Amino acid sequence: MGAYVVRRLFFSVFVLWGAVTIIFVVLRLVPGDPAYIMLGPDADQAQVDALRAQLGLDHSLAQQYVTYLTNVVHLDFGQSFRLSTDSMTLVMQRVPATIQLASTALLLSLLIGLPLGVIAALKANTWLDRTISVFSLLGQSTPSFWLGIVMILVFARNLQVLPSSGSGSWAHLVLPTVTLALPFLAILVRLTRSGLLEVVHEGYVQTARAKGLAEGGVILVHALRNALIPIVTVVGLQFGALLGGTVIVETVFAWPGVGRLLIDSISRRDYGVVQAAILLVATIFVLINLLVDLLYGFLDPRVRLAGDR
Amino acid sequence: MTATDDPTVIPAGQSPAAALLDVRDLRVEFSTSAGPVTAVDGASFEVRPGETVALLGESGSGKSVTAQAILGIVPKPAGRVTGGSIEYAGRDLLAPGTAGSLRGREIAMVFQDPLSSLNPVFRVGAQIGEMFRKHRGASRKQARAEALDLMRRVGIPAAEKRLDDYPHQFSGGMRQRVMIAMALALSPKLLIADEPTTALDVTVQAQIMQLLARLQAEEGMSLVLITHDLGVVADVADRVVMMYAGRVVETGPIREVYDHSAHPYTAGLMGSVPVIDGPRQRLTPIQGSPPDLLHLPSGCSFRPRCQYAGTICAEQEPPLLPAPGRMPGHQSACHHADQVLSQGAPHV
Repeated sequence: MGAYVVRRLFFSVFVLWGAVTIIFVVLRLVPGDPAYIMLGPDADQAQVDALRAQLGLDHSLAQQYVTYLTNVVHLDFGQSFRLSTDSMTLVMQRVPATIQLASTALLLSLLIGLPLGVIAALKANTWLDRTISVFSLLGQSTPSFWLGIVMILVFARNLQVLPSSGSGSWAHLVLPTVTLALPFLAILVRLTRSGLLEVVHEGYVQTARAKGLAEGGVILVHALRNALIPIVTVVGLQFGALLGGTVIVETVFAWPGVGRLLIDSISRRDYGVVQAAILLVATIFVLINLLVDLLYGFLDPRVRLAGDR
Repeated sequence: MTATDDPTVIPAGQSPAAALLDVRDLRVEFSTSAGPVTAVDGASFEVRPGETVALLGESGSGKSVTAQAILGIVPKPAGRVTGGSIEYAGRDLLAPGTAGSLRGREIAMVFQDPLSSLNPVFRVGAQIGEMFRKHRGASRKQARAEALDLMRRVGIPAAEKRLDDYPHQFSGGMRQRVMIAMALALSPKLLIADEPTTALDVTVQAQIMQLLARLQAEEGMSLVLITHDLGVVADVADRVVMMYAGRVVETGPIREVYDHSAHPYTAGLMGSVPVIDGPRQRLTPIQGSPPDLLHLPSGCSFRPRCQYAGTICAEQEPPLLPAPGRMPGHQSACHHADQVLSQGAPHV
């Protein structure tokens, strides 16, 4: 197990290097010179050149890349072009808000998605199952930005029961959480339903019934535990989509998290902040996937033992 | 067969003739995309206390579905019991909740494939111990001790160490021993073993059969052995119930049925078993192919494959009647039972 984790961490370094490199290239392919954007349309060439030199943009791309990689290794993304603060510090300040949003959304999805999926599977092909399935399909297909705006219109503008944007109280958390959670929740319902339907005909479920266990125990202990194995994998992968979703949701609801900082920084060509934020999100994603793989071994003893050999 | 239709509770130790399990005219239907299929079509048989009954038949003959009906675990919603009765010690097993309350405690079951029948994600000790925890409210520690005890009883070596292993770490025979340990946990009065040795190596099959026979004698429980293998049950079963296309076609004491088959299907099966110490002769397989439950012939289901078939066989479904001139309790559902008896095994 230990060797496996070390090996996985080693490969993770390459994944992160890839992410860091791609963002370096993409940022420089995007039209628009940061110096021009920062100084505005009235700046003369001398001012622009001076700023470019200050930012290191007058070097060749290869030189910039080497400098950039060296700095990344030291977790030094330089000053934010705009705010004259250390980029990484700026990103880290925004992390708690995003984690709060993502974790409440995850929790909400699990608390509602799993039971709904179980109900749909147990009542397979009844009106209840069909209703749940239709709504989960709708939930999965609704774009977050649209849902967010509609919810603001309904709950904030018309009903005036919840704040439309910003942060600070639990009430502020409701709309962004629901918006972020919905697609994830919908996928979870569908996965749980199909996963459970796949295992209810397995021999060990029949055995559990033959043992005289209550139907609830048969389903929630013997069947669900096996159905969860593939679900955990997909949930882990989908968590990446959830992090991506925070970018949209934070922007719509003016939630002060990493996602919104990222959008602001991209539009201002604030390279340092963008790079720091991307590296952070990529790291979280890689770690979550590692965690999922380890959890997989915990859920499925057959995998665990194969890994030990 | 003596009349034992008195539907009252049978206290332990009463006359051995009183049936522990009484299946009457059982019908189980499955809805399939091709239409309804009658998997069990009016099957009747009984099991007395302490007795071993072999439920014989090929795949699709309805023997496993009969077992599922007894336990009340016919797969829903596709399958359902549509007729007949099942009584266990005078209690109606088809009444809502009855089978559920007896399952695991009084009536236990061992399945064919021990690998798929054991839950892959739980340790075997916990799976056995669950019986004590759920039914007896035992603590984790007590359940563990009981599980250990059972694993020793069914002959699992180093049981202490193996308690915390997972099913996939066991060999096929050991897994089946775990299944048996689990089934025996609460000392059931009736154990149904559905093809308990089919998924195992030949060398292990005999060990498992011996184990079942030994445990049955120790516990004094009734054993229903479901199998398609005539040889497996020859030494352990008292009586045999032969099924074909969802019906009981012949029943009686096992030696009687084996030596004096009164139904062409049973006789045909006997004719297709090689005899090691007898004279060398060609095996005579049963003609035709197993019945298609969706398109059963009129009258006797075995008719298309039967050399004795006449016009009456197409018109009337043969009832299960005492075999003419044979031991009491030997019954056959064949219009030409006397002919079959006089000819012995058929020669094509």
